[in-house]
Amino acid sequence: MSIDTAPKQSWWNRIAHPGQFVAWTRPLLWPLTALTAVLFVVGLWFAFFASPEDYQMGDTVRIMYVHVPNAWLSQFVYGIMAVSALGTLVWRHPLADVSMKAAAPLGALFTALALFTGALWGRPTWGTFWEWDGRMTSTLVLLFIYLGIVALWRAFDDQLRAARIIAVFTLVGAINIPIIKFSVDWWSTLHQPASVFRADGPRMPGSILTPLMVMFVAFTLLFLTLHLKAMHTEIKRRRVVTLQRKAAQGASS
Amino acid sequence: MIDLGPHAVFIIWAYLGVALGVAGLIGWTLIDARNTAKKLAALEASRSAK
Repeated sequence: MSIDTAPKQSWWNRIAHPGQFVAWTRPLLWPLTALTAVLFVVGLWFAFFASPEDYQMGDTVRIMYVHVPNAWLSQFVYGIMAVSALGTLVWRHPLADVSMKAAAPLGALFTALALFTGALWGRPTWGTFWEWDGRMTSTLVLLFIYLGIVALWRAFDDQLRAARIIAVFTLVGAINIPIIKFSVDWWSTLHQPASVFRADGPRMPGSILTPLMVMFVAFTLLFLTLHLKAMHTEIKRRRVVTLQRKAAQGASS
Repeated sequence: MIDLGPHAVFIIWAYLGVALGVAGLIGWTLIDARNTAKKLAALEASRSAK
């Protein structure tokens, strides 16, 4: 039912109302899903059929097309959580809590996949699955931070209180992100330094950069789609809890 | 399928692991969404029945 007499709301207020947010973003889900699927098909075709082997690494370079996007997401998702944590603490935005909670398990999985693909790439190129160096250790710490956040969300009944405590924890944990980023410059490490996002431009040929970029966008859209869906579910879950509480109060009175 | 060279097993396992992980994540997201929607619908139905 539309309410014609309601004053016109700004987009900020509109997305602050959980029900409005769901109604407003639901039409985005299918186009996002379709675009993600198409990009994955194109990306995988490029990765296996339309890109050359590396002149040094040979075919193992193809692991990069899944490793780099997952490693990027492990940090990008944390960035989303940190911004949401600010939204929780500074603006008390009701959807910031929801965004934080929905992102945590996604970030944990992408971090685990970055470590997994990294190990499988490391064995043939470096001769080892794992080395306790700066990049790998700090990424493992990131995985533990994600798992800690997921566990914290489950430890609290009162989700509003939980959000404030977890927001603080998330912002403290954010110190690990620049450590991961600069670990390859600060410490002597097996891991190569940045080669795509550099001030002087990417240091790889277009034939290898193209599949990487397509997979990069595909994985990012995958996260955005899943995050949106998980946010919708979290909003519904909160409504379930509210209704259950009301039902319990009604039964006891 | 192209020839993946001497380290094919590492490449295949990397892609397989990512595929399994992502499929699991999508599945979990959808199952969680469906279960929560069902619970909400049941609660709202019992509420409007009163």
